[in-house]
Amino acid sequence: MRYLPLTDPDRREMLAAIGVDSIDALFADVPSAARFDGLINLPRAMGEIEVERAMSRMASRNVAAGSVPFFIGGGAYRHHIPAAVDHLIQRGEFLTSYTPYQPEMAQGTLQYLFEFQTQVALLTGTEVANASLYDGATACAEAVMMANRLTRRRKAVLSGALHPHYREVCETYARFVGFEVAAADPAPGGDEDLTGRVGPDTSCIVVQNPDFFGEIRDYSELARNCHDVGALLVVVVTEILSLGAIVPPGEMGADIVAAEGQSLGNALNFGGPHLGLFASRDKFVRQMPGRLAGQTVDVDGRRGWVLTLSTREQHIRREKATSNICTNSGLCALAFTIHLALLGETGLTRLARLNHAAAVSLAERLEGIPDVRLLSRTFFNEFALQLPRPAAAIVDALAEKGVLAGIPVSRLYPSRPELAGILLVAATETAMSEDMDHFERALTEALS
Amino acid sequence: MSTFRFTRDHEWVRLDGDLAIVGITDYAQSQLGDVVYVELPEIGHRVEKGKEAAVVESVKAASEVYAPVSGEVAEINEMLVADPAPVNADPMGDGWFIKLRLDDPKELDSLMDEEGYRRFIEEQR
Amino acid sequence: MSDWSRAASNRAVEDPAIEVETATGNRGLQIEENLIFEQGSPGRCGVDLVDAAPFPARLGGLERQGAIGLPGLSEPQVVRHFTRLSQKNYAIDTGLYPLGSCTMKHNPRLNEKLARLPGFADIHPLQPASTIQGALALVDTLAHWLKTLTGMPAIALSPGAGAHGELCGIMSIRAALEARGERRSRVLVPESAHGTNPATAAACGYSVDSVSGNLTGRVDVGALKAKLDTDVAALMVTNPNTCGLFENEILEIAAAVHAAGAFFYCDGANFNAIVGRVRPADLGIDCMHLNLHKTFSTPHGGGGPGSGPVALAASLAPYAPLPWLVHGPDGLELIEHKKGEANQAIGRLKGFHGQMGMFARALAYMMSHGADGLRQVAEDAVLNANYLRARLESDLSLSFPGLCMHEVLFDDRFLKEAGITTLDFAKALIDEGYHPMTMYFPLVVHGALLIEPTETESKASLDQFAGMLKTLAAKARSGDAKRFHAAPRWTPRRRLDETAAARKPVLRWRPEAVALQAEE
Repeated sequence: MRYLPLTDPDRREMLAAIGVDSIDALFADVPSAARFDGLINLPRAMGEIEVERAMSRMASRNVAAGSVPFFIGGGAYRHHIPAAVDHLIQRGEFLTSYTPYQPEMAQGTLQYLFEFQTQVALLTGTEVANASLYDGATACAEAVMMANRLTRRRKAVLSGALHPHYREVCETYARFVGFEVAAADPAPGGDEDLTGRVGPDTSCIVVQNPDFFGEIRDYSELARNCHDVGALLVVVVTEILSLGAIVPPGEMGADIVAAEGQSLGNALNFGGPHLGLFASRDKFVRQMPGRLAGQTVDVDGRRGWVLTLSTREQHIRREKATSNICTNSGLCALAFTIHLALLGETGLTRLARLNHAAAVSLAERLEGIPDVRLLSRTFFNEFALQLPRPAAAIVDALAEKGVLAGIPVSRLYPSRPELAGILLVAATETAMSEDMDHFERALTEALS
Repeated sequence: MSTFRFTRDHEWVRLDGDLAIVGITDYAQSQLGDVVYVELPEIGHRVEKGKEAAVVESVKAASEVYAPVSGEVAEINEMLVADPAPVNADPMGDGWFIKLRLDDPKELDSLMDEEGYRRFIEEQR
Repeated sequence: MSDWSRAASNRAVEDPAIEVETATGNRGLQIEENLIFEQGSPGRCGVDLVDAAPFPARLGGLERQGAIGLPGLSEPQVVRHFTRLSQKNYAIDTGLYPLGSCTMKHNPRLNEKLARLPGFADIHPLQPASTIQGALALVDTLAHWLKTLTGMPAIALSPGAGAHGELCGIMSIRAALEARGERRSRVLVPESAHGTNPATAAACGYSVDSVSGNLTGRVDVGALKAKLDTDVAALMVTNPNTCGLFENEILEIAAAVHAAGAFFYCDGANFNAIVGRVRPADLGIDCMHLNLHKTFSTPHGGGGPGSGPVALAASLAPYAPLPWLVHGPDGLELIEHKKGEANQAIGRLKGFHGQMGMFARALAYMMSHGADGLRQVAEDAVLNANYLRARLESDLSLSFPGLCMHEVLFDDRFLKEAGITTLDFAKALIDEGYHPMTMYFPLVVHGALLIEPTETESKASLDQFAGMLKTLAAKARSGDAKRFHAAPRWTPRRRLDETAAARKPVLRWRPEAVALQAEE
């Protein structure tokens, strides 16, 4: 077996050195009632050729986004990843290295995490960021829990325009960890009065910018209103690229930013692994979940990096930990760091503009179709359309015609019939003009 | 020095006028290693004997500091928040954590005296 | 004369007394590398993008003002930067990682190739089901393999890592108890447990009660039974445990837990020792998370991403988190909301569906090994660990006599006289070209050294490792403390000041001007 170096002569020699005559003897502590004799009922070992054939067959039954006109967003975005990114993250010293608990053997990892933390802080307009969490949705739940700890309150208010998955994750954590979340109803194309929902027992308000329906807002006043009553403002960003074009949450007064970083460096991957970004104020850093890479000096006075403030984490605080998190999104964070290093200031702002231009171009075309109304007054690279008929059926019809037209909001809000006609459409720098033409034609046809 | 009293959790307490000063012992700081952060309660906060009053963090451990006696927090050693080094350098003096307005001075009687604590640590080794 | 002997006279004469300083600060292939923020140039870019033609923006006047502060680098600079960083890392590809409970096995490259097939990597989680049946088939196949290997009837695939899986498990247990109308407030955890276990239980509102171990390093069944009552929601064990020992009384433990009406949770971090030879369901386990990045070879990636699916008994299956993958009339479909058969699901734990990229890698691994290969994995893992035990038990202090499973636990008694700590000993390993073993865990012995070689180490690799440890142990006993206290000598950085890092945290780069201002 190609991954197992031991040969039968090795095994015999080793058993002799141990002083037993069979492998079974090494499993003597397993009660006989629990022993599984023989082979588990699964296929036998396969060579590379067979495994590749079997899995390629599965892969070919999927419609890859790059093979058709593609306009799906909703918290995961298709962007072009420069070729260098994937080559670099596959270097064995990155791919197959462990968590940097031994800093002397992991300065590479620790330095890129420090660079990553800096990039995230700069992008979000905040003071400090951690070394990543699993994804945006869990980052959002962690943000609420951090706000609860800081304010010593247990009630969070969620915007109705927060990504439904993020709200659902918060609700699950609330139920079991022991706090409350109250979510406003979704009101696409309209405005919410969140200030009216903030009280002396509110730990935080969670908003998303751009929101789930595309809308971009200035939350500075909401931030002030929150602070007036001792509550915190959490801002969620599901399309991190938008911060290349719009005012970042930190500059609006956000106390905690919980974001999804998948757009930079990471493929769609059917929803995972993705990349949770988490940033906040310096004064709150000891209440931040997740890992932190910190700068220091070594015994020779040279600059280096270590994981720091670990006493917040589970392996030391155990039941008093700020969170039970053990893993960050390591390699995904590296991909993000490399992609953003390649883009730099110029590339990021240019890429963001291209995205917005693509979406504006597409929106102009689609809102020209009879009976189609653009709901989003503002948007970055994703907007909401009101269709005259349920969007789910339209999306299925278009899929059959080879167009991946976007997300029918009813998929995430099945029990809100009033939203059934809403379609979320995203256009990134990978959407070509002919794709948009194709979409426009197909949608017109489907609605006629 | 004979006015120091000690708990089994390695806190010390000593009366200074009508306030009880609380800190952690030299043994505790040597076990913890370099202290990197100290979390102190707010002035006016009530603490109860045996319950958590403060937190002390080193690089490898975080430990609760339990109140040896009950009372109200009258003063906190703010200096430690900016620079916790005195906890290691002078745990019985400059490294004090909080000063409490005592509920009941008799609570001190049930704590170990210096000799008793010295014997207690010997048993731990 | 041959060319060899002529060349010999050109050999450089080395004076060991002189420490040579280089002009660059580099040392041969060890190259110093600054931060990207210290190398940027305005306007420079590593990606060629056209500027969008002017168009009416719809950003509501909220355009970002002012510079973000990101450095501009070309592609050659970026490639060189990250290549140099990678060269400062140790990795499985470099050498053995004897880290107990981490299962640092070889990461097959076929996994990387297949996970990158556009049909897996370039698909969106919210595409219509008809366009991603192959993806659902992959998930279904993985689920089938994991259910069969564990013997459990159900599996939740969405948790993002092991600790997330633990959270999923404890949440499901609490939901099941609530559905029964019961309120239990405690979770029992062996004193040797990994920190995530009590952290998870506490996060879910349980108070954590520790169960002591017996002299053989296993759970003290008597002590456990004394603590089991109707207020206990669950017992969380790891099996084999964190001392590398199989809990031989596990059937009795399971019976006691169930008799008290509690649930039996198993932390599956050590599944590598028993995969294919023991099914957790046959041990009476109700709930077990698996670490795809341990047992199933998905790469550690310097800290992540992981994947922590949770195998569930029938009593817990109704509470599994969303989404559920089911066989519908039109093929495989996802149930994404609490309705129908999923109306008792605990809800979502993560965005979208789960770590698909890790599923593809893990399935490629499992299919490559097959039932026979996976059984061999456990056997070779246990054989390798016992071989190290046999070779080292007279040089290091073995904590518990007798057989171990896939990892072996030593403690620092052998260093006591030498005035060397476990930490110092570990630093000396670094100079020998090895990542240290797990240190100071589990907490049940003093100065723990936990070694897990995994099955992908050859006998030659193990012999070299054991030989090195024997030599170091001998040096320690002979009183050569200085060698250990000064270690490591040959790494890019040595003995970094962790105290300073924690007292005055510097967690990001700041431009000089701002940094100076902050100091004033």
